[in-house]
Amino acid sequence: AMLRASLRQVSAALKEGRVTPTELCQRCLALIKSTKFLNAYITVAEETALKQAKESEERYKRGQPLGILDGIPVAVKDNFNTAGIETTCASNMLKGYISPYNATVVQKLLDQGAVLLGKTNLDEFAMGSGSTDGVFGPVRNPWSYSKQYKEKSVPKSHSEDEDFNWVITGGSSGGSAAAVSSFTCFAALGSDTGGSTRNPAAHCGVVGLKPTYGLISRHGLIPLVNSMDVPGILTRCVDDAAVLLGSLAGHDPKDSTTIQDDFKPFELPNLTDLSKLSIGIPKEYHAPGLSSEILALWSKAADLFKNAGAKVVEVSLPHTRYSIVCYHVLCTAEVASNMARFDGLEYGHRSDKKESTESMYAATRREGFNDVVRGRILSGNYFLLKQNYEKYFVKALKVRRLIANDFVKVFRSGVDILLTPTTLSDAAPYMEFIQEDNRTRSAQDDILTQAANMAGLPAINVPTALSERGLPVGLQFIGRSFQEKQLLTVAKWFEKQVQFPMIQLEEVKRHDSCVLQHQKSASFS
Amino acid sequence: MAARGCGAVWRRARQRGAGGPGPGPAPAPSPRGQRAVACNARGGAVPAGKSGLAPWIPVVGLEIHAQISSNSKLFSGAQVQFAAPPNSLVSFFDASLPGTLPVLNRRCVEAAVMTGLALNCSINKKSLFDRKHYFYADLPAGYQITQQRVPIAVNGSLSYSLCVDNKMSQMVTRTVRIKQIQLEQDSGKSLHDDTRSQTLVDLNRAGVGLMEVVMEPDMCCGEEAAAAVRELQLILQTLGSSQAVMAEGQLRVDANVSVHRPGEPYGVRTEVKNINSMRFLAKAVDYEIQRQIEELENGGTILNETRAFDSKLGCTVPMRDKEGKQDYRFMPEPNLPPLILYDEKSLPANMNHQQVINIDWIHKRLPDLPSVKREKLVEQYGILPEHSFTLLNEDGLAEFFETVVKQTQMKPKKVIGWILNDLLSYLKQHSLTVKESPVSSFLLADLLNLLEKKEISSTAAKQVLAELWKGEGKTPLEIVKEQKLELLQDQKELEQICQAVIDGQENE
Repeated sequence: AMLRASLRQVSAALKEGRVTPTELCQRCLALIKSTKFLNAYITVAEETALKQAKESEERYKRGQPLGILDGIPVAVKDNFNTAGIETTCASNMLKGYISPYNATVVQKLLDQGAVLLGKTNLDEFAMGSGSTDGVFGPVRNPWSYSKQYKEKSVPKSHSEDEDFNWVITGGSSGGSAAAVSSFTCFAALGSDTGGSTRNPAAHCGVVGLKPTYGLISRHGLIPLVNSMDVPGILTRCVDDAAVLLGSLAGHDPKDSTTIQDDFKPFELPNLTDLSKLSIGIPKEYHAPGLSSEILALWSKAADLFKNAGAKVVEVSLPHTRYSIVCYHVLCTAEVASNMARFDGLEYGHRSDKKESTESMYAATRREGFNDVVRGRILSGNYFLLKQNYEKYFVKALKVRRLIANDFVKVFRSGVDILLTPTTLSDAAPYMEFIQEDNRTRSAQDDILTQAANMAGLPAINVPTALSERGLPVGLQFIGRSFQEKQLLTVAKWFEKQVQFPMIQLEEVKRHDSCVLQHQKSASFS
Repeated sequence: MAARGCGAVWRRARQRGAGGPGPGPAPAPSPRGQRAVACNARGGAVPAGKSGLAPWIPVVGLEIHAQISSNSKLFSGAQVQFAAPPNSLVSFFDASLPGTLPVLNRRCVEAAVMTGLALNCSINKKSLFDRKHYFYADLPAGYQITQQRVPIAVNGSLSYSLCVDNKMSQMVTRTVRIKQIQLEQDSGKSLHDDTRSQTLVDLNRAGVGLMEVVMEPDMCCGEEAAAAVRELQLILQTLGSSQAVMAEGQLRVDANVSVHRPGEPYGVRTEVKNINSMRFLAKAVDYEIQRQIEELENGGTILNETRAFDSKLGCTVPMRDKEGKQDYRFMPEPNLPPLILYDEKSLPANMNHQQVINIDWIHKRLPDLPSVKREKLVEQYGILPEHSFTLLNEDGLAEFFETVVKQTQMKPKKVIGWILNDLLSYLKQHSLTVKESPVSSFLLADLLNLLEKKEISSTAAKQVLAELWKGEGKTPLEIVKEQKLELLQDQKELEQICQAVIDGQENE
């Protein structure tokens, strides 16, 4: 039961001595083992985690814990550098790569006594929306094995085939979302470039926060799109997200794009008076493909605010519909550039081909990257060619500005927070999901989340209800730049109203064998 | 007429080249005006060509990379140091480890601003960084961070002087426009081991800050190019923004060379690289001009190519193209916000001064530039302009001169002779720098004082100086006494000596 507690609850328990950091760590490690089939973790750092837990325990014994995070088991997406622990980006290119330094966010967690359990699974280099396209195989959504899903989903075939009914986590931070959702850790770091934290948070029924661009350091986060990447926070509740934000945010001299001002951590008040609050409902988010039950949930949520006295207004973000195509150009261009460093010389995979430096480069990159990464590199380089730069890249930058300006206008009109769905539907079964290619899927799945990245705005997924199939559905709140406190306060109020049910995980050990088989086939594909 | 400096070069080059020159026709006025004509107006021996057409007008532009003198690199904390053990000065960022980010070095920005101001540029209050992509073993990130779109400084000028026909007494002053100065990263070094067919990479230099100074094609011969670069070098060294030692690669010059007929558009240009001394710069440019003229006169065409100067053969040779036609796929560097600079007017009141760079503040603190120093020397000491050039050309010589002047009653005009004829020629003979001189400015001043007070003759002074070079720690006075070199001024003593000599004679 302790593992199901929120971060703040378990922190209190640690302080009162109801549980020790080592016990907590061991229990998490045991649960990670028994839920191995979820494939949420790429690396479990058992030894260092236990060592960190022991050190934390000593601090508690001396009565000098480092703060609320001391002794709290956390997980980190495997695209953040961790000194001494493999950082793979779920790619052959970085398999076995051990970074000599910690990402700033990782260092901050460790400095505050957190226990790092391991590195979580993702799409290769965070390029994807399913957590299905990594070299270590897909992540399984813990809700696939929940009582809620099993009761409601009509089995298409008999129980021996139930392995085909499991649903995806969304992505690309699917491992982190699954880890928090399955209680193997109390908080996890993801990254969010086009929705990669909020999307899996929605599908896994956890809180997923994408802070304002520049609020949290990207130093040590292996980039996807530098101008949009933000470290994401995945927790069980909004209060916990505020705790993590408080411990991670602020200027980092190693990241010139972080804000100069100091960040003051905050506690979230309980909102009682909503009469001064103005909630905007962007009409463009009635996107094609939005499931009717999510649409219904969305308007129910709007009503909830209206009934509580808030002003709810329809607003327009006319350029949001160009977001996907614009993102495609900007993302692939930066990917092409960022991936240029992986040439096999300094680190990472190096091909045996030795005829010439050029042939070694080519073979290294062919062997090291999957089709998705290579495809994006190719299109990105195309957009950056001298003859195409103005036509595509510069134009995309202009469209990006228009998208961002839409938000500015809406917020200037008096709207405080935007309320939108996070995803078009609940999580798709894996077998269904892989029918479409990565590009199509990403384009569909990011549609509701991406504009916030374009504009650099803070946004959060709050788990809202279960779908007809018994799977989580979340709604998204988008706030003003650097107004995380307001955003989270409103999210917390909403969270309290909707009382999202806790996942009821069934005994799951029997899945172990079949998953291991699957993992093998995935990593050789 | 001004500047006939290049003429001699052309004549020599021409004679070495194909075909007898013969007296050419008088040069027609060219669109580049007097200067271009002047450049080719030497004694009718200009390369007018067999065709008997108007002479060729060579056009030379320069791209100069000056390594910024700073403790750490442009975007990382790694140290900058010449000839350190390979790969000992490499930060995670320099090795392009995934997840690392650039952090701009304030010192490098200040150096670029100083240089920009010294070169009469307008400083852009907002400049941007870009990525320039190409694959090369010594470029770990696969791109170089540079300033392609909006560089830190633009539209400047540099005045330089050169002497005509190698005569110090005939100096002319020229001006070259500075197109821009941009901040960018240096690359590492690749060492190719052909016998074992491997490439070794040293990343010590990777990420060191460079200022790329782009000079417009306002020059027309090697000598001009060399003089312009020499003046730039002096300026950089005066500012301290770069040590600018060519031999250590702190100043690297690429020359863009083309030739055309008067009234015609510029010809196809070639880029000459691998120029690692001032002397070779002049040689390489002149060779390339000559080569192009010959090529064209023989009915050939000039390819837009990169050529390397081979200092052993004294010629330029085509460099093999690395990747065929390069498309650098420029893109804004997303990890660096725009570089914002302030002046007194735009400086926000409550800004932390550690965090901002104030252009006016830097401007006020610029040291005297070489041209100003020369003027001051001429004005203050009444020395000849060409002497002021010599004084500044040797590191520390002007200071040496000034110290000596301060310590003696001798007129500066006389002191300069001792400095240039005696000190400098001795140092040159023994390949010593001014700082290494065995005779300090104080010793020389002592000596000149003895001379000035007529205690010794000028012949004796030379003798003393010869003794001083030995560096045995004796003062001039001691040497004079030891060797009895004093001039006698005491009438009685002189009489006594004379008497003694006479007495001696009588005794015999």
